[in-house]
Amino acid sequence: MCLGIPVKIIEKKGTRGIGEIGGVKREVDLRFIEDVQESDYVILHAGFAIQKLDEKAAHETLSLLSEMLNDTPKTR
Amino acid sequence: MHNLIKDLFLKSFNNPLLSTLDDSAIIDIDGQKIAFTTDTYVVKPLFFPGGDIGKLAVCGTVNDIAVMGARPLWISCALVIEEGLDYEILEKVIASMKRTATAAGIQIVTGDTKVVESGNCDGLFINTSGVGVIEAEPLRCENIAVGDKIIINGGLGEHGIAVLSARSDLGLKSAIKSDCATLNFFIEEILDCSEGIKFMRDPTRGGLATTLNEIVEEKPFGIMLEQQKIPIKNTVKGTCELLGFDPLYLSNEGKVVTVAASEDAARILESMRKHILGKDSEIIGEVTSRHTGKVYIKTLSGGTRIIDMLEGEQLPRIC
Amino acid sequence: MKYIDEFRDKKFCEKLAMKIRNILDEEREITLMEVCGTHTMAIARYGLKTLLPRNIKFLSGPGCPVCVTSNADIDKAIACCRTENTIITTFGDMIRVPGSSSSLLAEKVNGSDIRVVYSPTDALEIAKANPDKKIIFLGIGFETTVPTIAASIKDAKDNGLRNYYVLSMHKVMPPALKTLVDSEEITIDGFFLPGHVSTITGTGIYEFIPENYGIGCVVTGFEPVDILQATLMLLKQIKNGNPTVENQYTRTVRKEGNPAAKQLLAEIFEPSDAEWRGLGIIQRSGLEIRNRYEIFDVEKNIVLQIEETREHPDCICGKILKGVSEPPDCPLYETVCTPENPVGPCMVSSEGTCSAYHRYTEYRI
Repeated sequence: MCLGIPVKIIEKKGTRGIGEIGGVKREVDLRFIEDVQESDYVILHAGFAIQKLDEKAAHETLSLLSEMLNDTPKTR
Repeated sequence: MHNLIKDLFLKSFNNPLLSTLDDSAIIDIDGQKIAFTTDTYVVKPLFFPGGDIGKLAVCGTVNDIAVMGARPLWISCALVIEEGLDYEILEKVIASMKRTATAAGIQIVTGDTKVVESGNCDGLFINTSGVGVIEAEPLRCENIAVGDKIIINGGLGEHGIAVLSARSDLGLKSAIKSDCATLNFFIEEILDCSEGIKFMRDPTRGGLATTLNEIVEEKPFGIMLEQQKIPIKNTVKGTCELLGFDPLYLSNEGKVVTVAASEDAARILESMRKHILGKDSEIIGEVTSRHTGKVYIKTLSGGTRIIDMLEGEQLPRIC
Repeated sequence: MKYIDEFRDKKFCEKLAMKIRNILDEEREITLMEVCGTHTMAIARYGLKTLLPRNIKFLSGPGCPVCVTSNADIDKAIACCRTENTIITTFGDMIRVPGSSSSLLAEKVNGSDIRVVYSPTDALEIAKANPDKKIIFLGIGFETTVPTIAASIKDAKDNGLRNYYVLSMHKVMPPALKTLVDSEEITIDGFFLPGHVSTITGTGIYEFIPENYGIGCVVTGFEPVDILQATLMLLKQIKNGNPTVENQYTRTVRKEGNPAAKQLLAEIFEPSDAEWRGLGIIQRSGLEIRNRYEIFDVEKNIVLQIEETREHPDCICGKILKGVSEPPDCPLYETVCTPENPVGPCMVSSEGTCSAYHRYTEYRI
């Protein structure tokens, strides 16, 4: 029930920021996020950042998936 | 809309010229074939990044003739003007029509003007009808065969997003411009380079998905697209992600879908890419025997799904 | 697009699909339920069912906030449209949903000033620009969206706006989930939990599902790789007999959720009983505006002429939302009820099960 898209914060002033995706910019209300800096990614929903994207966790997931590509299939 | 055309207009007007439902009617006058088309432009707002209603009114009609394989020559221009419309706005629109017509090598040869009460049209509506000549056989759906390739001459959805970003205050800022352009010279060059072109159509309202569905409807073939191959600019992708839109349903005003014989497709693609209006051309799918009457797509993730006609307008959503 | 494209990668999807096929016992039918309409659409849009064996059944639950909104509530929204001197602001999802006799689109055609907005803050701007009008925001959505509406009410109060109102039709997930698992009408082997609801709520609210019902859960992201990875995680839980709440969407969901959002939600709204299409009235599953913010509650400030609610006798949206029936089981599906002329919300809402089914009928090569 929730269209939420990762956007990069390219400008920040107090609790307002500008988020960018694919060259498209939109104002983002940052009041729900502590400690967000320019260059961070946030999840944008209905004009609000609902969470800061954890880039470390994202990379961990992607590494796990990349490793999985090298797994040999088990025979049943 | 689709049912309105079938159930009312076709039924009432009923003649073989109309029933082809091509972008232009092809009329034979003592051996000389002419292409004849009409379209009405009601875009709001009147001005948007990359164009305006005037430019659109010329491009749309010129393109509807060109995609039949005909050479557009003359168009009419009928205006419905809302009382109180700024004269300066009208001047700008007319100047734009003139510029676009000149660039396309066509003349505006007749017209009409009506003024309606304030509130009865969104500033300005324009109807343009166009006439062109055709020497070769017109491009028709009947020519399409299983194995033919589907080619698009560039990124989808730019016009739809440009108009949307100008119309509503969705607070989105981007450099996106409508792809609105006259395609007649481009199409002429492509037709010159190959005999293998079977069919062309411009994917305007309802986007590529709607146009392809119209092509396959009640036909003994279907279409399979490859999502990976479909060109879409990042700004269109970004806007679609934010608003929950599907770019396959967004309108285009400078694009042509070409169906070509498989053995000629690569050569046609190469020719297209040499032209400024085709530099991002791609082969995006093929005509198949297995999905008769339907359009399917192999998705980015490797799955497959059907692509249906658009019902209603796409609207920004939270879900 | 960063953090999107990587999670649509074909190689990852193919490998995950292969692992899913390998782990699955071909004989056994597994039923997995997604309770988020965005998951329903993603599964359909990417054709994920065509990548997986037939004995995995994806069931769509009551996760489309528009679909679960009762006819009575939609009729309230329509009554707002018919009130003089109003501008109705809404998310696009609501526009074509039918109530007892009308829809927002039909009201717009009849002359009501109805505007689609991307954010509730856009509705506030409309309120500021039109001080002589009453601006009513149609509040739908689950825990992901409610904090944004809460913020609009807070801002309205802080700015002294007196012409902004909200019709709260909001709902919260956990009581509906409990109603589903308590119901004996369907067997669910695992849940895909809503990734963005969980971004706000955190993951603790779901612990009761494995603990009390022995059903495994995975908090799931929305890209095809996320959904396939979550499928594999659920199947592993089922195979190992260790139902738990796992988090697949770690890049966004934290165990504690978003405290600031939860706090504002609780400041502006309080739980109330709510009627869910298909599930009936569920206690404390809705949200109403607290008394101290009641000047923004449309129902407490404007007299609405609401028509008598009628349900179409043959519409089975309710059963579809529970996962008891599927769209082809409905006598109206694609005969009377089409996206052009929807009878029930499941066909027209962008997240609706029937809409997804109609638009993205699964195709097997």
